[in-house]
This record gives sequence, C-alpha cells and structure tokens, in this order.
Amino acid sequence: MTTAINIRPVPPDVPKLPVLEISNLAVGYRGSDGFQRVVHEVSLLVRSGQVVALVGESGSGKTTTAQAVIGLLAENGRVEAGAVKLNGTDIAGWSQRQLDTIRGSRISLIPQDPTSSLNPVKTIGAQVAEVLQIHRQGSRAEIDARVIELLTRVGLSQPELRAKQYPHELSGGMRQRVLIAIAIALRPALIIADEPTSALDVTVQKRILDLIDELRREYGTAVLLVTHDLGVAADRANHIVVLKGGRIQEQGPTAEVLAFPRSEYTRKLLADAPSLGKARAVPRIRSPRISGSDDAIAVESLVQDFSIGGSREVFRAVDGVSFTVKRGTTHAIVGESGSGKTTTARSIVGFQKPISGRILVDGIDVTTLRGENLRQFRKTIQLVYQNPFASLDPRQTIFQIVEEPLLNFDPLPREDRAKKVHAILERVGLPQSVLARKPRALSGGQRQRVAIARALVLDPQVLVLDEAVSALDVTVQAQILALLDELQQALGLTYLFISHDLAVVRQISDTVSVLHNGRQVDSGPVEDVFLRPGSPYTRELISAIPGQRGIGQH
Amino acid sequence: MTGLNTIGRSLLRDDADILKSPSPPSRRIVFGAAWLKVVKGIRPGLVLAWFVMAIVVLWALFPQWFTSYSATVGVARQQLRAPSAEHWLGTDALGRDLLARIIYGAGNSLSGAFVAVGVGLVVGTTLGIVAGSARGRIDGAIMRGVDVLLSIPQLLLSLSIVILLGFGILNAAIAVGVTSIASFARLARSEVVRVRASDYVEAAFGSGGTFGRVLLRHILPNSLTSVIAFAALQLGWAILTISTLGFLGYGAPPPTPEWGLLIAEGRNYIARAWWLTTVPGIVVILVVLSANRISQSFGKVTA
Repeated sequence: MTTAINIRPVPPDVPKLPVLEISNLAVGYRGSDGFQRVVHEVSLLVRSGQVVALVGESGSGKTTTAQAVIGLLAENGRVEAGAVKLNGTDIAGWSQRQLDTIRGSRISLIPQDPTSSLNPVKTIGAQVAEVLQIHRQGSRAEIDARVIELLTRVGLSQPELRAKQYPHELSGGMRQRVLIAIAIALRPALIIADEPTSALDVTVQKRILDLIDELRREYGTAVLLVTHDLGVAADRANHIVVLKGGRIQEQGPTAEVLAFPRSEYTRKLLADAPSLGKARAVPRIRSPRISGSDDAIAVESLVQDFSIGGSREVFRAVDGVSFTVKRGTTHAIVGESGSGKTTTARSIVGFQKPISGRILVDGIDVTTLRGENLRQFRKTIQLVYQNPFASLDPRQTIFQIVEEPLLNFDPLPREDRAKKVHAILERVGLPQSVLARKPRALSGGQRQRVAIARALVLDPQVLVLDEAVSALDVTVQAQILALLDELQQALGLTYLFISHDLAVVRQISDTVSVLHNGRQVDSGPVEDVFLRPGSPYTRELISAIPGQRGIGQH
Repeated sequence: MTGLNTIGRSLLRDDADILKSPSPPSRRIVFGAAWLKVVKGIRPGLVLAWFVMAIVVLWALFPQWFTSYSATVGVARQQLRAPSAEHWLGTDALGRDLLARIIYGAGNSLSGAFVAVGVGLVVGTTLGIVAGSARGRIDGAIMRGVDVLLSIPQLLLSLSIVILLGFGILNAAIAVGVTSIASFARLARSEVVRVRASDYVEAAFGSGGTFGRVLLRHILPNSLTSVIAFAALQLGWAILTISTLGFLGYGAPPPTPEWGLLIAEGRNYIARAWWLTTVPGIVVILVVLSANRISQSFGKVTA
C-alpha cells in the first residue's frame, strides 16, 4: 500500500503548478449508522495537457472521487479529509456558491449518460448558450455565434440546424458531442469525463474519445478520465490510477502500469480484460468437440419487420440473415445497437414470428410452431438475458426460480425436483445456501449464474446468450465466460452468443456473423473474420476495439 | 442498446452495495437488524396516523366502551349545550351527546368506506387484470367502458346510482364503490402490462410456462402491491364521499349517526352551536389524512 500511494515528487524543472492536486482525500456517505467512508487517502496529480485515468470496478469509488473534485457529491456525501487543489487553491471546503464561479469556467464535467444529462424541453443551442450566459460571456449575438462555433468544433454536421433541435432528435453520439461542447465552452483548465462513452457503441466511442483527445491537445486542457474499461484507459491516458474499494492500488505512467503492474489487483484486472490484446496474443485453439457435423441451428434468409408509428410505415430490422451453427460450438452474432442482433435471437427462440425465412433448431422449424408444440419446443432452446436484475422474479426464492421450468413439464416427484435443482446449482458454481434467498440478496454475477441454472435445468440443446455478460464487471465477466466454456465442454451445449463486444466474441466463439443495419456483412470462422475482415464495416468495428495501442506502443 | 448499456452501468452500482456484504449472517441476526431498522425508521406522523385509525376502528367495533350516552335518544332540556365536563363535545338540537354520535357514527362511516373500497377493488381490479392480460379487442372494449365511466363526474354518477338503488348507507357505499371501479381498473391494467413486459415474465414463458401459470405465479403477485396501496388511499376518499352523500341527504336516514349527516344537521345551528359542524368535520379530515399517510407508507415499502 505504501508504495502504491506515493506521488511522484514534482521535478524541479517543471515550473507550473499541477492543474489538479488531490491529496489524502477521504469521502464518506451518511448511511443508517453514521458516515461510512468509501474513499480513503486518495492522492493524485493532473498536469495541464495530461490525461489521467481513474480505473476501477463498480463500487471502487472512482465516480465518488470525481464528484468530490467538482463538489457534486450526493446529498448524503461529504469530504471528510484531504485537499483538492485547483491550480494551487484548495477548493475542498468551498460552498456551492463559491464553486459555481469555477464550474464551467475552470473545471467542467462530461457526464456519463447523454440521454438524461440534457434538458428535453430546451433546444441544443439554448443549452450550450446557458453556460456562456451564466458566466456572462458577451452579448446575445456574440453568444449565438459562439454556440454555432462550438457545435462546429465538436464535429456536429449542420450546426445551425442542430442548435434549433431538441435532444430527442439527436443520436446518442451527437448528444455526447453536445455535452462536450458545453464542457469546453469556456476552455476550462480541467475536464472531468465520467465514463463519457460507456453508453455508446464502440465505433461512436472511438470517435468521441478521439474528439476529446484532439481538443485536449489543441487547448492544453487536463482531463481526468473516469472509466471501468482498462482498454480505454490504456489507449487514452498518460497516467493510470487503479482504484479498488476506495483505495489506490497502484498509479503510474500508463506504459509502466500495463507492462509491470505492481499490485496483485491490477494484474488480475489486466488478465480479465478481454480487450487488452489477450485474444490476439493467445489465439483460441479448439478441437472440434463433437465429430458429427450436424447443425444445431440453421437460419435461412431471415426477414423481420416492425411497424413504426401508425401501422403503415414498416422498419426492416433483420434483412436476409443466414447462418448455421454446428452442434457443440459457439456462434456469435455481433453488431451495434439497431443492427438486428437481438431481433434475430428472439426469432430463433420463438418469441416472434419472422416475415419470411426458415429457422431450424435441432431439425424443427421454429417458424411453424404454435401453441402446445411451441411450448414443448422450449425444452430444446433457452435464452439467458443481458440483465440479471430484471430477468429474475424479485418475489421468488432462488429455489423457486430454478425449479419453475421443471413444474411446467412432466411432473416429477418433489424429491427428484429438489435433487435436480441442487445438482444444477452446484454445476453453475453456486453454494446451496443461496436457495432460500431472494435475487436481491445476490450479486450481479451470482444472479447471472442463477439465470444460467434456470436455463439449464431442462437440459436444453442450445443456449442463446443475449449480451449475457455485458452488464457485469470485468472480473465477474471473466468468471461467467469460464463457466460457460466449462459447461459447453461437459454438456456438449451449442451457444448462440449475442454481443456488441468484439473482444469477448473473439475470446469465446468459433464462428461469427457481423450484422449492420439488419444485414449480415461478414461471417465465418472467428479468426478469419478478425484477421481478414470482408467488409469495411467489420474493419471499422475491429479497429474501434479499445486497448489496441496496447503495451508496446507507449 | 444505448439504453440497455446505460441500465447495465447503473445496475453495476447497485451490485456494488450487495458485494460489500456478500454473505448475510445468520437468520436471527438478519431479523434483529431488520427489527432495529423498523424501530429506527419510525416516523411520528405515521405513528399518529395508525393511532387515529386504530381509535376509529375501535369506535366502530365497540362504541359502548367509549361513551355511556345514547347516540339516538336525546335528553330534553339539554339541547345545544356547549362542550363541558358533562358533554365533552356538547349536545345537538335534540339534546343528544355529540361525542356519542361521532363514536357510533364511526361504524356506519367506516363500514360504508370498506364496502365502497371492496366494490371498487374487486370489480375494478378484475376488469383491469382481464384487460391487461387479454389485450387486443377485449382490452379495448373494457378500457373504453372504463373511459366512459371516468368521463361522468364522480359525484353525479354516485348520486344517480343512489337514486336508482334507493337511499341508505349501504346503497350509498355501493354507489361510491362503483365510481372508483374505473381508477382501480386503470391502475391494475397498467401494472399488469408493466409486469408482462418484464424479462422474468418472458423468461417464464420461455421455460415452457402456460399462460395461467405465469399469470398466477408472476404477473398477479408483482402487480397487486400498488393496487393494495391505492386501496388504502381510496379508503380516505370513500369516507369523504360517503360523508358528502350523507350531507346531501342521500345516505343514512336521519336518526342514524353518520359523519356526513352530523355535519349537515349541525349546519342549521352553526351560528349558535359551532361545535356541531366543526368537530365532525375535523374528525373526517383526520381520518382521511391518516388513511392517505398510511397508504403512502405502503407505496414506499413496495417501491
């Protein structure tokens, strides 16, 4: 610990004060029994023009630290000790009114969620103008001109039109650009970017991070980048601070931390992060587990339409997708939001009827099934959802959740059911003690294990995993992926893995289909697609994976 | 996916809280902690609300415990006496003790309110559940009927029903209940539709559940909590509306002590005997506020 929190002494040849200096910061939240400290003795420096990344998993205190800097802690939070020096002035004890004078002009924030961070009833132009008006930057006409200039600067097309539009008329990436325009409007010395791209698609993420980088270089602004994604930090930061449980585990120049991690925790994070070049270094070598060449899933020119607005207009979500999945292998469907990947998965499971095309699962044409036949078919294929917090009934116990599918089919005696539930729980690596608990008493990873147990209790042939690891922290994600691999080896399962995360896909799948706007733009064995992408879109997707600048290039 | 990822991120925060205490201690300690939480979480307003409700329920069940006077037979020569040690809340124009009339009136007003809420709850919730689970044409037909019910002013509707059914406390209660069917139906339907759209209901269908099983096992238990909270809120409203009907003369016939009727009778003497309208009015206000407060606490528990 002592080695981890040391701060590099300021070299004498650097005359300027650091833009931000946090020393021994401690932050607590008031709970039911007094203040509970969540950030302990955090010290770090941000120099002008530098990007410092605060990296950690959920609950590591990274956002709390960032909020403490700008004085935006939740109502029950308070800075309990330490100093936050902005250009040498300690602002930790400042009142909200004092902070108002520097927020926007000296420090600004790029928030995480572009959807909820803009006021839905005001135009984009008015919201950018607001920060200029608050700090009294010139006449109305000057402000209007400056707004257009800023919107142009952050790369929005047709800035005059955008200024008159409302947030709902813009895409997520465009909204994030607007928030960046607001953040840079007064050329602050420090920008705090709190997970600025976590809610965005990977290609959009790359463009937004490029923009922040470019503006930083142009204005010499310092950036405190809060992120859970070690890949993003590796690509963008000069200096990495690794947080866990509110304490700094390690900090240092990016290349040093990545190449020679000193703390155990950083080593684990690096090993678990799928994006950090591991897949590239260790190609997936798999022997075909089942020698038979029969297909577990065969999809032929699948088409799915949705009506929008009135019933006249039709949106084609999936347009002629075809692929086959060999028994016992993993096929991934990759794409960004709106690519039709989830729609494809839901058609395969039998939740919706496609407009045209055939889907054969285990030789049965899903599209023709109805009523009792469809119900019996459910035993063959099961879906695991993205969000384990929504896919488990909050009122049921874990035992009831896992037992329920068994009750839906041939009634087994009570003892046999209990035996089966116990066995499957052991299979997915959960202790028997969770059986009597409700889902809310379990962590995200444990809940996802319960969801997998529920899916497996009927002994299905095929498991469809719809972003099943996307909502999990990277170490938990690595555990669930390992579990899935082990289950596949042991039970000969076929997986259809739906994901937006190419790094994960490369790690676990045998074959892959890349979807873009409902069309399949690439498909084949995973290494072929990654090494010799057939379409420009796939190339763009692959180049946007964070973490590729990797270790060697620093 | 933008939205989903956002959900994912915010969920991770919740997850962190759970991870902090990965293994809940033994059951007894958990219960102990829960009990401690209950004691710490006590809010004086809520305690007061429960206290008021308890007293009123006791009045309704055992009025003789609280007063020795008769609610219907007056004492001559004791008309319109101001509150005193003998008659705590004074007497009315026929020499009847006001406190006794309020206490005996609790039974009529409360049972009326329970009947009213019962009618609304049972009929309205059933309609809402049928509409929400059947969807399509049945849904359309039921909900348009509910819309028609909502478009008629509630007081006008209940007056019309009382006139059709005949005057009396029970009929007034039924009339008030009928007017609340629409609200119950709407709430129940929206809850059913919300729960139906959840991942765990889809997962239940996906694991081979039949419609009836999923409805009983997942949809009903998860949608009824807010309906119950709403019923507690409706209780206060029903007391108020039944009193209104009583005040207008459509409820209980005169010698019966009923809160709305008490206020109406006292109105004629308001210049000489202010307590005859004021005190029953305050009692009605207190009970309605208490019911609202209790309903609010239900809403919080379930949310």
